[in-house]
Amino acid sequence: MKIKGKSLKSLDMKNAFINSLYALVFSLLLGMVFISITGYSPLDTYRAIFVSSFSSTKNFALTLSQATPLMFTGIAFALAYRVKMINTGAEGQMYAGAITAALVGAYITNLPGIIHIPLALLVAAAAGGFTAGIVGYAKLKTGANEIIMTLMLNNVVIFITGYLANGPLKPEGSGVGQTERIQESAKLMKLIPQTQLTIALLIVIAVAIILQYMLDRTVFGYEMKVTGFNLRAAQVAGIKVSKASLITFTISGAVAGLGGAAMVLGVNYRFIEGFSSGYGFAGISIAALAAYSPLAVIPAAFLIGILRAGTITLSRTTAIPIEVVDVIQVLIIIFVAAPSMIRAITGNFKKLVTKFTSNNEKSGGIEQ
Amino acid sequence: MNLINMEKIVKVYPGTVALDKVDFHVKEGEIVSLLGENGARKSTLMKILYGMTSATSGKVYYKGEELNFKRPIDAIKKGICMVHQHFMLVDAFTVTENIIVGSEPGSKGFVDIKDAQRKVEKLIEDFNFNIDPHSKVADLSVGEQQRVEILKVLYREADVIILDEPTAVLTPQEVKDLFKILSKLREQGKTIIIITHKLKETKAIADRVVILRDGKLIEDNVKPENVSTNDLSKMMVGREVDLRNRHPAKNIGKVSLSVKNLNIVEDGKTKIKDVSFNIHSGEILGIAGVEGNGQTQLIEALTGLRKPDTLEMTLNGKKIEGSPTEILEAGIAHVPEDRLSMGLVKEMSVMNNMILGYHRHEEFCKKYGILNRNHIYNYADDLREKFSVKTPSVDSAVNSLSGGNQQKIIIARTFNRDPEAIIIAHPTRGVDVGAIEYIHQQMLELRDKGAAILLVSADLDEVRTLSDRLLVIYEGEIVSESLPGELDEIEMGLLMTGGHSMIEESETS
Repeated sequence: MKIKGKSLKSLDMKNAFINSLYALVFSLLLGMVFISITGYSPLDTYRAIFVSSFSSTKNFALTLSQATPLMFTGIAFALAYRVKMINTGAEGQMYAGAITAALVGAYITNLPGIIHIPLALLVAAAAGGFTAGIVGYAKLKTGANEIIMTLMLNNVVIFITGYLANGPLKPEGSGVGQTERIQESAKLMKLIPQTQLTIALLIVIAVAIILQYMLDRTVFGYEMKVTGFNLRAAQVAGIKVSKASLITFTISGAVAGLGGAAMVLGVNYRFIEGFSSGYGFAGISIAALAAYSPLAVIPAAFLIGILRAGTITLSRTTAIPIEVVDVIQVLIIIFVAAPSMIRAITGNFKKLVTKFTSNNEKSGGIEQ
Repeated sequence: MNLINMEKIVKVYPGTVALDKVDFHVKEGEIVSLLGENGARKSTLMKILYGMTSATSGKVYYKGEELNFKRPIDAIKKGICMVHQHFMLVDAFTVTENIIVGSEPGSKGFVDIKDAQRKVEKLIEDFNFNIDPHSKVADLSVGEQQRVEILKVLYREADVIILDEPTAVLTPQEVKDLFKILSKLREQGKTIIIITHKLKETKAIADRVVILRDGKLIEDNVKPENVSTNDLSKMMVGREVDLRNRHPAKNIGKVSLSVKNLNIVEDGKTKIKDVSFNIHSGEILGIAGVEGNGQTQLIEALTGLRKPDTLEMTLNGKKIEGSPTEILEAGIAHVPEDRLSMGLVKEMSVMNNMILGYHRHEEFCKKYGILNRNHIYNYADDLREKFSVKTPSVDSAVNSLSGGNQQKIIIARTFNRDPEAIIIAHPTRGVDVGAIEYIHQQMLELRDKGAAILLVSADLDEVRTLSDRLLVIYEGEIVSESLPGELDEIEMGLLMTGGHSMIEESETS
């Protein structure tokens, strides 16, 4: 006997998002504990964070520009996860994209912006894609673990780019590890003047839409999903699973590479050693929060962006450490990764409520 | 007085009322068969008793005391134990070690293995289990492994034993042995509940039959000696079913699928040795055998999932080889042996599963690899109707469907393309009688349209009823070829368990 035909597929999706919502709420609640340890009132802090994020155009732009790199890395992780591959290498892929974008941006001259920018982006995507692609290929050929390989490769890329920025590519007279400033023609247009908010936001939204469309509407997306959900069934159905996985992983790296380019072309105007404040890993929690849907990464990253931007603003006037955001992000991953934990918490909570109300009403039976 | 009383049990899953006010009781020392099709919610009812899930409403009494189990361990402490369909044994452990896992005798973190050994040996002797407590589980046959599972619950001093589809994986001889053991347990005062959809076995062993259909109690006091299997199936399905009647092929044509010299060596072991056969168009060739005798490797080789060491395969004279897609496109379809792990993506919708394997066909994808969703929806909806797949909509996820309806999705998507030849493995495993009947009928129709069908099944009744010619496979070799009716069940069972070598040996000596 079926209660009226409700599509269970959408129900699954809905459950995933409800789960994410709970994860967010619990993480924020637990985050309050950490804030109180720093000696501030958690509620006031949260209020200040949220208010500051929306208080002025400038602050709102800060929120969005903080969220932009997270959107890139979030999408990168979400996409790879659809073929059940874990891309912990977004950080390294970002660096690869950033250094190549900086090179194209600085050393290719006399190009109009309309060609220079896409060229730099393309090269950065290729560099990020290549960095991920070699890992994907090694996994296919040798069965090597992509998590360990991407993690190790992160260091390789970060140290090589660090060497370049401190050695051959370092501008004369510069005190820190960085490259030459990029040409004017390679700079991304600003959406709001005097802020760091550039068309990178539009680019990442476009990437999200395209990838979501690919997943939902194309044969390749279909094969990706089959491969991710059930590898064996994909093989039986004649899907070339290794090809699908390799391509997906490469695209994932390319998106992260674009993220690096966005930082160089839109924010720093050069490659700076250590420019990423853990964007690659923040992407994991954002992808999880978005239930691994590329399009949902955009609002999820926006939420985290609010926290980040708000905390940055707050840290100027108070001593609240920005690491609070990192703690909350990690908590999100933990909660999303453990739906049963959330069910246990909400289940017990419901029971408590029922007990409480039934005690109040003095009606013995437990309703359900 | 009843030992177990379950009163007005209701279980609601999101979107479905699984159990609708079901009353169920068991008396001490009886063997009850809980009979019903797959999806009748027999397992759900038993999981509630066993504490694996909780009822939405209703009460459970055991020895007059109300129970409220949160998890299986609560039930086990009270003496209610379950033997699952899929065994939960550690292959590398001995029988004794497996039995004591979770309730090891001894103290202070040390296991008193001698004491354990004694206890296990006594159990084996008491119940005539005929099993060596020192042998490794990996070396045991499926039937013996099941006995270890039963020993496990006896070791935990179970009074009530719930067996979930205990005969699903057993050979006819092993079923007989199991029933001997169950009778013995009943003599010793144990109470046994068997979850099953097998009628013959229900008749053979049960004292009383309880029938569930669609989550409702249909009958709860059927005496098997008073009814025929036909009556039982009518109560179970709600209408007449026809499973045992043969429908021999009328128009057997020329050789369609020809397989020659198939040899497969895996990890240095010969898995398939010199297998050759022909299937004519309009013919069903059955391969009977106990699972694990090379059927999987055989199917994988014929469908392109594995590279055989040697194989010459032709379809209507054309040489066939290559990837799964190439073989499928050449006209050899495939119904894989395990629908959930190989045939379907349970997280995806019915409609997306209806095109799996055929999704690159032009009609489903427009230019640039974009899926034609409207057409896929309509196509899937047509198939749903044509093959009577019961689903709220083709948008529903496959994991919300019953096993029979899941299998029908695979049948629908392959049969609808009118393949010239098809390899069908275990098409009705874990599927209810209604769906079995339906799937068999579809297979016969496909055959009568001229398809060459290779049917690989561990269900002896199934291969015997459907096949127009019958092979028996044992340890990777074809040990017998016969026409239907030539061999009886006992002879077949003997061949399936290696009996041919004994026959040959006695002939030569």
